[in-house]
Amino acid sequence: MSDPAGTIAQEAVLLSASGVSKRFGGVQALRDVSLTIRRGEVYGLIGPNGAGKTSFFNVLTGLYSPDEGRVTFDGRDLPPGVPHRIAGAGIARTFQNIRLFGAMSALENVMVGRHIRLRTGVIGAILRTPAARAEEAATEARAHELLRYVGIDQLANQQATHLSYGDQRRLEIARALASEPKLLALDEPAAGMNATETGGLRTLIEKLRGDGLTVLLIEHDVKLVMGLCDRVAVLDYGEKIAEDVPDVVRRHPRVITAYLGQQADPEAA
Amino acid sequence: MTLPGDPKLRARLGIVLIGIALAVLPFVVGANFGNSWVRIIDFALLYVMLALGLNIVVGFAGLLDLGYIAFYAVGAYLYALLSSPHLATAFPAVFASAPAWSVWLVLPLGALVAGLFGVLLGTPTLKLRGDYLAIVTLGFGEIIRIFLNNLNAPLNLTNGPQGINNIQSAEIAGQSLGRSFELFGLQIPSVTAHYYFFLALTLLVIFICVRLQDSRLGRAWVAIREDELAARACGINTRNVKLLAFGLGATFGGVAGGLFAGFQGFVSPESFGLLESIMVLCMVVLGGMGHIAGVILGALLLALLPEVLRWGAAPVQQWLFGKVLVDPESLRLLLFGVALVLVMRWRPAGLWPSALRKRELAAHAEVA
Repeated sequence: MSDPAGTIAQEAVLLSASGVSKRFGGVQALRDVSLTIRRGEVYGLIGPNGAGKTSFFNVLTGLYSPDEGRVTFDGRDLPPGVPHRIAGAGIARTFQNIRLFGAMSALENVMVGRHIRLRTGVIGAILRTPAARAEEAATEARAHELLRYVGIDQLANQQATHLSYGDQRRLEIARALASEPKLLALDEPAAGMNATETGGLRTLIEKLRGDGLTVLLIEHDVKLVMGLCDRVAVLDYGEKIAEDVPDVVRRHPRVITAYLGQQADPEAA
Repeated sequence: MTLPGDPKLRARLGIVLIGIALAVLPFVVGANFGNSWVRIIDFALLYVMLALGLNIVVGFAGLLDLGYIAFYAVGAYLYALLSSPHLATAFPAVFASAPAWSVWLVLPLGALVAGLFGVLLGTPTLKLRGDYLAIVTLGFGEIIRIFLNNLNAPLNLTNGPQGINNIQSAEIAGQSLGRSFELFGLQIPSVTAHYYFFLALTLLVIFICVRLQDSRLGRAWVAIREDELAARACGINTRNVKLLAFGLGATFGGVAGGLFAGFQGFVSPESFGLLESIMVLCMVVLGGMGHIAGVILGALLLALLPEVLRWGAAPVQQWLFGKVLVDPESLRLLLFGVALVLVMRWRPAGLWPSALRKRELAAHAEVA
């Protein structure tokens, strides 16, 4: 397997996974997956159902520890299996099945997202020290800013579960952005969206790229991925079968096989 | 009567009125109903503290704790050991005389030790939720009680089932709260003095709860309650934040326990059974989980209601049927149970739920 990390300048690399494997009982969910995400790009990860996309995603964000391999992020090894430290290192994520804090308002959801960047402890909170008060005010202001950024600030005081599906997706992105990530990882953000909502999502991701954020996008919507991503990797049965710009990946024979199946062997027929 | 329009002014006026009401309450109650009712109110205040402490664990962080009364026991026994002649009697070689620690030392120490016990319980249960956590915490509560019951041999630390008596009342500014005394020409009975002492500490507990709720930590607790996985992905160190909830909740229990021991003058393992844990949990659930004002209401109601029923059941029967048909003591529990069932049937979110929680339950109902 070629190592693209060797061909590009080291500073340009934000994340590199090398030889990541993960097994669940008899199922090899990931087999020796290596890939490199460069700063400022939108990187797509696609594959048929059960290809290991979400498993890889969970290894990356610390929900699973890999059996083998390691992940370097921003020049440092990621601690495997410690989600809050990975969030602190600068990877924020959204979930395939939206996971908001249902009983909280949209604003509070985003404020929770900022938790890792805040310092107030028990004593500060009880005494409401000037530092704690300033931090709290700044957090609220920043949360409003992010809600405005994703376009739902008018819903700030609505309960999260009462938002429409598309707005919940946006809220989840705002919450992820609140932790000031260097890499925003979106797990099937367009799942269940109609064409208008997908269009809005695309605009939002383009805006994020325009503002210099690196985005990892796992998606079923091949059209969205091909139209949006700078580079795409394809997983099949836990293995990376291709990694390149969308136009090359689209014509890659193994990708076509993975998605459409192999042409029947004429001699066997 | 017209109220001033400005809401800020109105809120301030409300606080002043409530303050005056709370200040004269023991005198009004004592003069009209006798001091035993002031004593009942004192106990209600202790239950408010307990319920608020448990609310941090169950209401905010969503960790079902059925052994909460253990922390109350820890606080009570610590106070008892440090303010009674028991240690001097049991270990004359070590303790020359009965310890006479200031209440301002014993209470914080009780809070600290109870908090440590809270962390001790929290550590092995970090990965448990819901029913499983409930069973483990229930076991923990029983373990503490059984220890207290049996730690009279080989070393007589707790005096076993007989309990520890002769506990000194709290002494504030040189004045023991255990006897009635005169202040500014007013005769202050012991129960009234305790009332003000408990009230001050209850207000402190409420203040701490409100401040914590509106902070980064309060949000983190609710986030864990709502979705632990998402909370972790948001960078919340769920281990530390949960342990903090256990520890802080236990701290309040420890303070209430110390106050209980000093007030009662006697502690025994009987006071810390499973039913007490369930009672405090009922207060939290009935009042409105996670809503401070609701929890206070729940605690006051459940602490006072049985006494009111006990007091009123016999005269009402006399008036209705001409004789007492059902023993007030058994009727009390029956009515209590009926009241709980009715509340859960008609107000499942509690008597006074927080606005968001109410909406959440409504949303669940829509889905179902």
